[in-house]
Amino acid sequence: MRDKATYILGILGTLLMAWNMHTIFVVLPGEAAQGQIGKMLFIHVPAAITAYCFYAVAVVCSIGFLITKNFKFDSAAVSAIEVAQTFTLVNLVTGSLWGHIIWGIWWTWDLRLTSQFMCFMLYLGYLLMRPAIAEATQRATMSAILAIFAAADIPLVVMAIRLHNVRTQHPAPVLETGGVDATWWPPLLIGFVALVLIASALLLVRLRQESVHREIDSMRRELHAA
Amino acid sequence: MKRGLLAALFIARKDLRTEFRTKEALNASISFAVVVLMLFSFAFDLGRDEFYDISGGLLWLVYVFAGALIVNRSFIREVPNDCLDVLVASPMPPWALFLGKVIASFVLLMIVELVSLPVYGLFNNIQWMASFWPHMGVMMLATWGITITGVAFSAVTVNVRLRELMLPVLHYPLLIPLLIGAMQVSTALLKGEASDIGQELRIVIVFDMVFTSLALYLIEFILVG
Amino acid sequence: MSAIAADRVWKYFGDYPALRGATLEAPAGACVALLGRNGAGKTTLLRILANLSKPSKGAVTVFGQSASDEKVRARIGYLGHGIGVYDDLSAYENLILFGQLMNVPDTKAAANAALERVGLTRVRDGFAREFSRGMRQRLAVARAFLHNPEILLLDEPFTSLDDRAIAVLHELLRDALNKGATIVMSTHQIREAMELATQVALLERGLIVHSGPRTPEMLADPGWLYRKYEEKPQ
Repeated sequence: MRDKATYILGILGTLLMAWNMHTIFVVLPGEAAQGQIGKMLFIHVPAAITAYCFYAVAVVCSIGFLITKNFKFDSAAVSAIEVAQTFTLVNLVTGSLWGHIIWGIWWTWDLRLTSQFMCFMLYLGYLLMRPAIAEATQRATMSAILAIFAAADIPLVVMAIRLHNVRTQHPAPVLETGGVDATWWPPLLIGFVALVLIASALLLVRLRQESVHREIDSMRRELHAA
Repeated sequence: MKRGLLAALFIARKDLRTEFRTKEALNASISFAVVVLMLFSFAFDLGRDEFYDISGGLLWLVYVFAGALIVNRSFIREVPNDCLDVLVASPMPPWALFLGKVIASFVLLMIVELVSLPVYGLFNNIQWMASFWPHMGVMMLATWGITITGVAFSAVTVNVRLRELMLPVLHYPLLIPLLIGAMQVSTALLKGEASDIGQELRIVIVFDMVFTSLALYLIEFILVG
Repeated sequence: MSAIAADRVWKYFGDYPALRGATLEAPAGACVALLGRNGAGKTTLLRILANLSKPSKGAVTVFGQSASDEKVRARIGYLGHGIGVYDDLSAYENLILFGQLMNVPDTKAAANAALERVGLTRVRDGFAREFSRGMRQRLAVARAFLHNPEILLLDEPFTSLDDRAIAVLHELLRDALNKGATIVMSTHQIREAMELATQVALLERGLIVHSGPRTPEMLADPGWLYRKYEEKPQ
């Protein structure tokens, strides 16, 4: 059942993405100031929003684990974070490339990029810590705590960076293109839906992996106890 | 509640007593702070006025690096002889155990900071005495944020392999908003331009409030598996 | 009413059930010897009884109340695998600290009396790290009994004790039983346990397969219970 859902979501998402790419690169005209490169927006922004959605899913699942102690929540949390990290990386790389091509800079500490990078670093710690805890229940509990702490930190990061940029007269977000043309909204939204479908398929694949790991771990303990 | 606070004080006193006896973490932390200050002197070749612009930033980098040595040890002290089990099994509420350890780490880190500040002023010819009391205020607020989160992570990483490596990886990114606020306030105070630091101070206070409540609430999940 | 009871307790570590519906009742004044092979779940069960770990399913009650209640925890003494004393504090300081945490009324008098009881008065101001193994064990025992607990949870208490420490522990346990305390003790030292035990429970792969009074057969042949359950068809 879950395998079927994985295939359906994956194929649907890929097809939608392919169709959307066609619309974006063949049908739509280039952006007024940046030409075709401005279309980096269609990957850069949906990737960020998809990532944030999945971080939110992870935090809800982490809270769910602490309340119910059901390992399905822990599996969902780690899977969602891994998927979110992938999309955050896509966002950061596309942002960096975009900045380099248009403005000649690989990086800038503007609010969006910085807060996205901070998310990545906070949850990187989560992923690094997990293999270092041998016992499954402890691992799940500590991971949940960490995910909640990281989520609580994000709004504070945004506040702090915003203040810092104002104080230090840092340039405003460089990677904005000004207003987004009205014709760009539908492909932007469709792109977001496509990414969510693909991300959900990846999540289900990862969930299956986690389930198998737990089963193997349990069998190993049974064997040792026998 | 009253019993809990009393228990927290007993735990804080125990931690401080054992640390003052051995001075292992204090000595290592203060030495490390002095070495880092020395390295900064070699790394940056700025004029005196320019140095004031980065003074707060450098100072808090020293504090947070040296502080890692203090907060790392917090719950690790309880691991030998399974003392943590005895403490958790006692009538003391988990938040009281946690609070006691935070208080002890806070005192120790404040000592390191108060020793480092004059050394910093000496090495870099920074005038720090004029703004000492307001600076002390922000040091206490930000140090509370460092210790409350650090001790929480120390509890999380008690059974984690490579915990000495893991704690900085987990702790430092979390501290960034706190450090941004503290650095800017410190710089402003040291430059004598402290009229407009309300918002930065607010970030530090909000950080303290958010993570103090979160840590005190979640500590039971960490300690009672 | 039992002094301490575990009712159909399950404990999962990941997907592995270390305890599978273990039910144990210790009436007030009983001394329960909890037997079982390594990996049977004895330590897991004791830790749950001591509120060091929460059960995945089931409940633990102490004098009819939840084991996580603070007032209830003040009536329990726990001696686990580790000795639970601080190496950098003196014997006296250790007992003062734990006396304060266990809400003992006159901690100084209690600490001195406890040191006297275990024969450590002479070294009361010595640091625990300077003690011999036997002395550290005796200090651990003093710590566990300091607040005259009504319930004692002991995880393999006789393991690695020297003769003097065994004698001290035996005496303290006898006294506690005479005062009406309830003891749950996991052990491999079946002989010592059988002498004190009034009840015996056997834990096998997370389940209590036998629980009942100590019988003359058990006293005469401490391994009898193990063999009885090994012979049972699977």
